[in-house]
Amino acid sequence: MIDLTINGATTRLDIDPATPLLYVLRDELGLHAAKFGCGLGQCGACTVLVDDQPVFSCVLPIGAIGTRKVTTVEGLGTAAKPGDVQRAFLHEKAAQCGYCIPGMMARAEGLLRKTVTPTEDELRTAMAPSLCRCGTHMRILRAVRRAAVMRGGGVVDAAEPVT
Amino acid sequence: MNRSGITRKLVWAAVALCVCVLIFAILAYRPAIATVTRPDPRLFDSALVVRGANLARLGNCVSCHQSASGRPYAGGYPVKTPFGTIYGSNITPDPATGIGAWSPTAFRRAMREGVGRDGSHLYPAFPYTHYANVTESDLGALYAFLMTRPAVRSVPPANTMIPPLGFRPLLAGWKLLFFRPQPITPDASQSADWNRGRYIGETLAHCTACHSPRGLFQQEKRGAQAYDGGWSGGWYAPPINAHSPAVRAWAVERLDAYFRTGLSTAHAAAAGPMGSVTYNLARAAPKDVHALATYYAWQMRDAPAARLGPPLPDRQALASQRYPDGARLYEGACAVCHEPGAAMMVAGRPALPLGTPLHEDNPRDTIQIVLKGLHPPVSPRGPYMPAFADALDDRQVAEIVAYLQMRHGTGPVWKDLEKDVAKARKEGE
Repeated sequence: MIDLTINGATTRLDIDPATPLLYVLRDELGLHAAKFGCGLGQCGACTVLVDDQPVFSCVLPIGAIGTRKVTTVEGLGTAAKPGDVQRAFLHEKAAQCGYCIPGMMARAEGLLRKTVTPTEDELRTAMAPSLCRCGTHMRILRAVRRAAVMRGGGVVDAAEPVT
Repeated sequence: MNRSGITRKLVWAAVALCVCVLIFAILAYRPAIATVTRPDPRLFDSALVVRGANLARLGNCVSCHQSASGRPYAGGYPVKTPFGTIYGSNITPDPATGIGAWSPTAFRRAMREGVGRDGSHLYPAFPYTHYANVTESDLGALYAFLMTRPAVRSVPPANTMIPPLGFRPLLAGWKLLFFRPQPITPDASQSADWNRGRYIGETLAHCTACHSPRGLFQQEKRGAQAYDGGWSGGWYAPPINAHSPAVRAWAVERLDAYFRTGLSTAHAAAAGPMGSVTYNLARAAPKDVHALATYYAWQMRDAPAARLGPPLPDRQALASQRYPDGARLYEGACAVCHEPGAAMMVAGRPALPLGTPLHEDNPRDTIQIVLKGLHPPVSPRGPYMPAFADALDDRQVAEIVAYLQMRHGTGPVWKDLEKDVAKARKEGE
């Protein structure tokens, strides 16, 4: 049996510890925000936070998680009451097809938990492991800059101002 | 002994000390070379500049003379040594902060003798011990190349050497002990390619700087210990002589392809500091890179892999039994790419049992790859290996590495893995 703490709630699961976290989230727990993209840790669509660190959940066996706390996009807010990263993404219309967005939001949340005043360089480095095939990168970057401001900080040398 | 006898001895000791200090000061002293007005970049012969560009790539100059966020040749890369951190200098032609005011004579003295224009001794982290043998004509080409780069006004961070090593005249003592440049004379019994490869490899490319062990004073060990493996930036640079741990022979063409692409399907992907080496070699003259491959394939001609190439062990059952946690972690985190038939294998990545790091006599490179992942060094396109530093803790990384070595390794059994994972994380900061 494995105990997992996901979005603040602890769940006991009887699953092979080698199973990647993504499959547990989607298939066992009905948390569909994290997406299956490549399944190889290449695209970032499956990114979730594990103890505030963005990780690829498709190559993270649940047996490795231990007591660390998992946060998915469902843990950042609800449709009725979205969290500030979610509101920032909505405001900037950062999603086109939307497939990469949960991973992008998890990554943004991870960055902002580390610092609400990142540099533009830190912002881009933090977001780089997640791919977007629609090409909405500029909007995604705007959304993260906005979220940083909403958290009481802001990107210090922002390439574009938040308006 | 009476009082005047003691006084006489003290006086003599003081005189002897003064003489020693004087002799050392004379030995250490180098005059400043007068500044010049920055040469007009348009006056350099363009063919000479192009030749210099190739030499700079072969020499991987930019690796140390560019910081992670800085401009090329503007300096700032931290070279961590046991004696402190030395930052690569600005070698753009900015007269105030770079080498714009350096005459060809000053440049030549820095390269050949490790002395800056102002007469101060340079730390041997700058491999002038190798550059001492660069030909006059190549020095001229490099000077022309550097003097025609965009001038960048930038002062790298100050070195942080442990006292008293910040006192540069002491480096004259280091030179006295360890700086013995041996001229490189062509070997008539070898091909032109081999001789060219040796010249580049032993001088500009300074391969032994990473691939040879170093002594107490950070001097490179020579002779039989040359190319016997060394350390660089928290990574292990494996032996590239008869002790090469590779399990498949480094034939000239394979090595040539590795240098130009950063990948050998029978060995490994270039990683760590070797990544930037291949990035630059991919942009150098192919015939020079082929010459380097010729010379280093020859260096490894007596390595075990040159004689045998049997099927490699896969002790999967034994490894799973011995390291059940490692096996489960491998299954969930690694197998999707690394098992035979997996997508990455079909895409032509080196099979895990062939990976040179698994056969090295220490686990560092395997650990670094798990922690940091692999990024294609030559072209940013193509698949890469994700980093697991944030996903797995020290014990878990150690379990996976132990499992992998038991399953595929052919070298001595690694010990204290968890400690080395912690160390690798720290050195990678």
